[in-house]
Amino acid sequence: MGQSATHRAIDAVWRIESARLIAGLTRIVRDVAVAEDLAQDAFVAALQQWPDTGIPDKPGAWLMTTAKRRGIDALRRRIALERKHALIGRELEILSQLDQGDLVTEIDDVSDDLLRLVFMTCHPVLSLQARVALTLRLLGGLSTPEIARAFLVSEGTVAQRIVRAKRTLAEARVPFELPGRDELAERLSAVLAVIYLVFNEGYAATAGEHWTRPALCDDALRLGRILAALMPGEGEVQGLLALMELQASRLRARVGPDGEPVLLADQDRTRWDHLLVQRGLAGLQRAEQLSGALGPYTLQAAIAACHAQARSVSETDWPRVVALYDALAALTDSPVVELNRAVAVTMAYGPEAGLELVDSLANEPALRAYHLLPSVRGDILVRLGRHAEARQEFERAAGLCTNDRERELLLSRAVACGA
Amino acid sequence: MRFMVLVPGNTESEAGEMPSTEILGAMTKYNEELVKSGVLLAGEGLHPTSKGAKVRFDGSERTVIDGPFTEAKELVAGYWIWQCGSREEAIEWLKRAPFGGGVEVELRQIFEADDFGEHLTPELREANERLREQSASN
Repeated sequence: MGQSATHRAIDAVWRIESARLIAGLTRIVRDVAVAEDLAQDAFVAALQQWPDTGIPDKPGAWLMTTAKRRGIDALRRRIALERKHALIGRELEILSQLDQGDLVTEIDDVSDDLLRLVFMTCHPVLSLQARVALTLRLLGGLSTPEIARAFLVSEGTVAQRIVRAKRTLAEARVPFELPGRDELAERLSAVLAVIYLVFNEGYAATAGEHWTRPALCDDALRLGRILAALMPGEGEVQGLLALMELQASRLRARVGPDGEPVLLADQDRTRWDHLLVQRGLAGLQRAEQLSGALGPYTLQAAIAACHAQARSVSETDWPRVVALYDALAALTDSPVVELNRAVAVTMAYGPEAGLELVDSLANEPALRAYHLLPSVRGDILVRLGRHAEARQEFERAAGLCTNDRERELLLSRAVACGA
Repeated sequence: MRFMVLVPGNTESEAGEMPSTEILGAMTKYNEELVKSGVLLAGEGLHPTSKGAKVRFDGSERTVIDGPFTEAKELVAGYWIWQCGSREEAIEWLKRAPFGGGVEVELRQIFEADDFGEHLTPELREANERLREQSASN
C-alpha cells in the first residue's frame, strides 16, 4: 500500500472508530475534553506506526489500548514534573481512572456510552451552535475544517466553539449519564433538533452559493441511523430518520444541471432515490406503530410520504397533507408550519382559501424576514392571475433570501410574471 | 457513496442448509454493528440456485436453463447495500466480516442515476420508473 493509500485507510478507520473510542474514554475519565485528547493522541500514533506495521487486526482495540497507555505515560510525566506544585489532584484522579478503567470497543458494550455521549454533546447547557459543532466533531468524526466549511464560518470560530463547549460541560459538571425518565422527552428532542438542523443545512443551505450540500445530509442521516439503532423503541427517533430518508430521496432531483434549485412541483420524480423512499416508508410505519399520538417528526415524515407516494403534484393526496399539517400545527404552534399548511390548503381547496391563510400570517414577527412568506404569497397570486402583485412578492422574497441560487430562482419567477 | 457486497455461495448454501448457530451468531453480531454504525441500508440472502434459472440470449432465441448451476464459486448467495464515506471505509468494514476458509467477497460501488449521465434519457428514466412502480405494487 502506498503512503497516501495507507493514510486514506487510516482515515477510514478513524471515521469508524472515533465516536466509540471517545465515548469509551469519556466513561473512564468522565471528561469529554480529556477523552478527545487521548483519542487524538492515539490517532496520531496510528498515523506514525501503521504505515510501517500495517493496520492491526482489531484497529479499535489497538486505538483504545494506545490511548490508555499513552495517557497514563503522559500523566505520570506531568505529575513527576509538577510534584512540587499542589495542582496535580485532577491529573492523579484521571491517572487512577485510566489505570482501572476497562477497555471496551465491542459495539454491544459501547452502545450505552455512545448514547451518553450523544446526550452530552446535545446538552441544553450548550448553545445550539455549540451542540451542532460538538456533535459533528465527536460523533460525526468531522474535523474542525470540515465543520467550518459546512457552516461557512472560519476554522478559528469552530475551534473556539468546541473548546468553549467542552469547558462549559466540565464547569457545569454535566454527568456522563443517560437522562432519567422524567427528562428523557425534553433531552431527546434537543438531540433530534441538532441532527435535523444539520440535515436541513444540507437540504436547503441557508447561505452560500450552493442550494443543497448533500454531504451534510449524509452526515445527518448517519447520525440519525445510529441513533435509531441505539434507541429502537423511540417513535420520534424513528420518525426523524424516516423524515430525513424521505427528504433525502429527493436531493438529486432538487438541483438542475446548472446548480439551480428545482422545486417539488417541477422535479423529475423518476430521479428520486427509491431505496431511500422505501427505507423512509418502512421507518414511518415503525414510528407510527411505536407512538400513541404522533410527534412532530413523525407527522412531517407522514407528509413527506404523501409526496413520495404520488406520481405527480396533481395526484398528491392534498386533503391528507392538510389534515397532517393541522395536527402538526396543533403540536408546534409554529408560523412556519402554518405557512406550509397554507400551501397545502391552496393545493387541496384552491388559491382563495390559501391566500386567506397566508394573509393572516402577514404580521407574524417570526416570519417578518422569512423569504418564503412572500414567495408562497407570490405563488398563490400567480394561480389567481394577479401577476403584477405576484411579481412584487417574488422581488420582496429575493431581497430577503440569503442563498444565492435560491435568490436567482425567485428573481426569475418575478421576471416570469411580466411587467 | 453506496456499495454492494456480493457474498458467494458454497456447497452448504447450495444444498439449502442453514449455517451453524455459531456462524449465524457471528453474522448477526456483524449486521448489528453495521446497523449501529449507520452503514447498512439493505441486505438479503438468496435461495440456492436449484430454485433459480438462467436465460441464454442468442439473436432472437431464448433458452431457459434451470438451476442448480455447477460453478459454486461464482454463485451469489446474498448481498448487502452499504452507505459509506469512501471506498476505504467500505473495505475497512468488509475486512471485519466473519468469513474464513479462503472465501473471496466482492465489493462494488453502486452507480447512482447521475453516473449514467446523458445515456439515461428522460424517456428511459420514466420507463424505468414505471417498471419499478409495477414491481413495487406486485
